Amino acid sequence: METPVLIFKCVLVVALFIVSLLVAMYSTYAERKVAAFLQDRLGPNRAGVFGLLQPLADGVKMFMKEEIIPNVSNKTLFILGPCLAMITALMAGVLIPWGGNLEIAGHVFALQITDLNIGILYIFGVTSLGVYGIMIGGWASNNKYSLFGAIRASAQMVSYEIAMGLAIIALIMTTGTMSLSEIAHQQGSGYANIVYQPLGFLIFLICVFAELNRAPFDMPESESELVGGYHTEYSSMKLGFYLFAEYINMFISSAVLVTFYLGGYNFPFQAELNSMLGLSTNAATLLGTGVFFLKIFFFIFFFMWVRWTLPRFRYDQLMKLGWQSLIPISILNVLITGLVMWFTGKIN
Amino acid sequence: MQSLTNRSKVVERKEMTLAERLYLPAIVNGMVITIKHLFKKKTTISYPEVQREFSDIYRGHHVLKRDDDGAERCTACGLCAVSCPAEAITMVAAERKPGEEKLYREEKYASTYEINMLRCIFCGLCEEACPKEAIFLTDRIVPSNFERGGFVFGKDKLVEKVDLRIDVSKRQTKSVLEFKTHKQYSHNKLINK
Repeated sequence: METPVLIFKCVLVVALFIVSLLVAMYSTYAERKVAAFLQDRLGPNRAGVFGLLQPLADGVKMFMKEEIIPNVSNKTLFILGPCLAMITALMAGVLIPWGGNLEIAGHVFALQITDLNIGILYIFGVTSLGVYGIMIGGWASNNKYSLFGAIRASAQMVSYEIAMGLAIIALIMTTGTMSLSEIAHQQGSGYANIVYQPLGFLIFLICVFAELNRAPFDMPESESELVGGYHTEYSSMKLGFYLFAEYINMFISSAVLVTFYLGGYNFPFQAELNSMLGLSTNAATLLGTGVFFLKIFFFIFFFMWVRWTLPRFRYDQLMKLGWQSLIPISILNVLITGLVMWFTGKIN
Repeated sequence: MQSLTNRSKVVERKEMTLAERLYLPAIVNGMVITIKHLFKKKTTISYPEVQREFSDIYRGHHVLKRDDDGAERCTACGLCAVSCPAEAITMVAAERKPGEEKLYREEKYASTYEINMLRCIFCGLCEEACPKEAIFLTDRIVPSNFERGGFVFGKDKLVEKVDLRIDVSKRQTKSVLEFKTHKQYSHNKLINK
């Protein structure tokens, strides 16, 4: 790799790391604020203007807390759990195309850390690895509630990953590629993929809820049943890491969702708008990135909105929904997609 | 069996329709409801800056009133203590010495008068029992304290200051005001004048 490209990638990696953490930090703030507003309350508003310094205060509080490792726990695994959760959460971001191309000093850089031609598989694999953090943490705590949480998490992830994978297969069929930048680029010239895959989008969205362990599928944590679920025994920043990893996952999952189905960094009439405003390539790219982030923020809000609307599913209902409804529907979706493509002559 | 009242209803259990079983319409409905709340007026009162309005007849921190000349009205009759359902009030009576006429209204007065605010249920029966219109409940809040002993309020906290009178006119009901017009009753008479 040439030196300028290498430098650019390094900068991008650091920037992505910082942005992920920042977004996760303010997601915790947004979660509390949205929760409050949906319940006619005010939410945190004492630390700084509108309570904007609340995440900092929370972070400081987390660090100052006493760190307790239970005697009966498996210490290595106990520490490994939150680390793994954090690592897998941060790993998925590298493949997201955050924007178009940037021109700096004669070089053209893509706003993407790396573009694997099997990008979808990588993302799929890394997000599934996330469950190991939860499972290991729950197992190592040596607490029955933690174990229950971990078991639920793994069962839930396994059952929803199938439907998710099948939804993505239909997407791969229509786009004909597994590279994320290619998928994002394609949607710039045509319609967003949601037009071709509305059912696939719905299945994917529901499965993302399950993958993120968020309400209405927050089985692994379910405070009212399992004390704290898999992180019952965790304290201090190790608990913070789990919670943080969850919010980073939310950010990355929203980014993946937007890239797959809602046009990524593209927006309607972008070519017309760019020529009308006379934007340079760089300005147009940054505008696209801004739009991309707006879409992501909308979905983060959407996740919170759903959380404060729907009650938690019962465990058996969750399994039934996954195995008996979503998987058949997603198979049907693949079938319909194939048939439509065959009749329209896309494949022969 | 025949029911005693006609209030019981037979619940119908019908199969859910396809739209109901999909849950999606119901979920959309719910989300519309929650998003409406996002824009509604918030019900929170930001306490130190904004204070909730009290009712005119709020029953809070007691006050032992002085009369117009600044003499304590209380004669330590003990009716308030007797009427108190929580047994929060205790007092010790004493005789007025010559020269204390400006301090105490009648010959007998309470040398100590204590209300245990942890026992008090703020029912207002002491106020109702008082024949001298000496004790009233006001719209002030009893402040918090770290010690149990701090909640036993003596005369220093209960008797109103001469230069800082506490308005209790809102707590005086019509019947009380009517009663006050009868000047032949001893406690309505102006003594020392």
